[in-house]
Amino acid sequence: MEIGPTTHYVMGGVRVDGDSQMSDVPGLFAAGECAAGLHGANRLGGNSLSDLLVFGKRAGEYAARFAKENALGAVSSQAIESAEKCALQPFERKSSENPYAVQHTLQDVMQDLVGIVRAEAEMLQALERIRELKARSERASVDGNREYNAGWHTALDLHNLLTISEVITRSALHRKESRGAHFRDDFPAKDEQSGKFNIVARKGTNGEVQLAHEPIPPMPQELQQIVEEMK
Amino acid sequence: MATATFRIWRGERGEGQFRDYTTETSEGMVVLDVVHQIQAEQANDLAVRWNCKAGKCGSCSAEINGMPKLMCMTRLNTLPLDKPVTVEPMKSFPHMRDLVTDVSWNYEVKKRIPKFQPRRPDAPDGTWRIAQEDVERVQEFRKCIECYLCQDVCHVLRDHHMHDKFIGPRFLVYAAALEMHPLDVADRIPELTKDFGIGLCNITKCCTKVCPENITITDNAIIPLKERVVDRFFDPLSKLFKVFGGSNT
Ligand code: SF4
Ligand code: SF4
Ligand code: FES
Repeated sequence: MEIGPTTHYVMGGVRVDGDSQMSDVPGLFAAGECAAGLHGANRLGGNSLSDLLVFGKRAGEYAARFAKENALGAVSSQAIESAEKCALQPFERKSSENPYAVQHTLQDVMQDLVGIVRAEAEMLQALERIRELKARSERASVDGNREYNAGWHTALDLHNLLTISEVITRSALHRKESRGAHFRDDFPAKDEQSGKFNIVARKGTNGEVQLAHEPIPPMPQELQQIVEEMK
Repeated sequence: MATATFRIWRGERGEGQFRDYTTETSEGMVVLDVVHQIQAEQANDLAVRWNCKAGKCGSCSAEINGMPKLMCMTRLNTLPLDKPVTVEPMKSFPHMRDLVTDVSWNYEVKKRIPKFQPRRPDAPDGTWRIAQEDVERVQEFRKCIECYLCQDVCHVLRDHHMHDKFIGPRFLVYAAALEMHPLDVADRIPELTKDFGIGLCNITKCCTKVCPENITITDNAIIPLKERVVDRFFDPLSKLFKVFGGSNT
C-alpha cells in the first residue's frame, strides 16, 4: 500500500460575508469549500460537513430573501452574446490542442511546483508555466456536439483553472511564512505580523491579478471566552 | 506496460455502435479510470456520468461485459483482459449519449410514494421511543445509493418495459423502509398492490445480485411487502374474518 500526503482541500475561495454568505457581487452567494475564510489556515477533518450544513443553510436562506427583495437585474444582451461566442470558440478552432492535455499538465505543474512544500524559485517557475498554459488553453479545440460533451466542458474549465492556479501561486509567493497547510521551505516559521491579515486577490483593470491585505477581524468576545475556557 | 481493449458504446438516443479503444492499463485501475483515460486521450467528447469515484453517489452505472455495475468500483483485475471489455449504457432507461441514460423516470416514481408519516410523539417533549431491533430492520435499506442497477436488471422493466405499472426493486426497497419504519403510520399496501405493481415481481432475485450495496432486496424488502399484501387482500382466513366479523360483534 502506498501512503503519501495529498492536496485535499482549498482553504481559500470566494470572499463572502460571514452571516449572509454573499460575495462582493450582489446576489452571488457561496458556501462550502468554494467559500473562503471559515477554516483559517487549515481545515480539520470533519469540519467541512458542519461548514456546509450551517453555511449552506444560511446561504440558501439569505439568497431566498435576496431574491424576494430584489427585482431581476438588467441583462445586457451584448454580454450574453460575447459569452456565447467565447463558449463556442473551442468548436471553431482549427488547432488540435487537447484540453485534457492542458488540464493534466496544469495539475502536474501545481502538484510539483506549488504543492505541499513550497519555495520561491519553484513558484516563480510555476507562474511561467501557467503563462505558457494560458496560451495553449486559448488554442484548445473540441469535436462533437454540445450535449454532454466533457471535452468541451474541460476546454471551458481551463480558463477558471488557470486563473485560480495563478491566484494560489501569487498568494503563496506573497505569504512569506509557514502557517497551517501552507508550508514554505524558505520561510519555515510562523510570522506574527503575517497572522494579522488575509490576502485578497482582485482582478485589475487589465485583467491582471492584484493582491491586497485585509486585516483579520478580531475574534468575537463569546468565542474568545470559549477559547480561554478550553485552555 | 500492459494494454487492453475497451469496446465502448458510442451514439445518441439509442442509435450507435461499439467502438474499440486500446489503451494502457496499470495496477489498481478501475473501469472508470480507463473510460476517463480514453476520454482524455482518444475520445474527448465521450459522454459519461460520474461523481464520487468511491461507489457512493450512484452516478457511474453501466453494463460491463453485460453485467450492471458501477464503473468506479469495477477493478480491471476482476475482468478478463485478453479479450475486449464491453462498456455500454443501462438498457432500462432512455438513452441520451454514449454511456449516459436519462434516469429521471425514477425521480418521478419516487414522488408518487406516500411520504414518511410519524405517529404522535410518545413523550410530552415531542420525542419517540423506538426499540433497537426495529431500528436495525430498516437500516440496510438506507444504504441505497440510487444507482438504479437493480432497476436496470429487473426483467419487468428491462424486457417488458412496464414502467407505468411497476415501480421496480429500488422503490420497493424504499417503500419497505417506510412501511417497516417503527414510527410510520401511513398505509402504502393498497397502492403497492395496484399502482406500484408489486405482484409483477416474480422473485427472480436478479436485483439482489447486482446491488453494489449488498441490500438483500428480494428477501428482506420485497417478500415481506408481498406478505403484507397477501395478509391484507388475499388471506382466506382474514377474508372469512371480514365476512363474519360484522355479525360477531
Ligand atoms: S426479484 Fe422482482 S424486482 Fe427483483 S429483479 Fe426479480 S422480478 Fe425484478
Ligand atoms: S437498491 Fe441497490 S442496486 Fe438498487 S438502486 Fe439502491 S443501491 Fe442501487
Ligand atoms: S462515481 Fe460515484 S458511484 Fe461511481
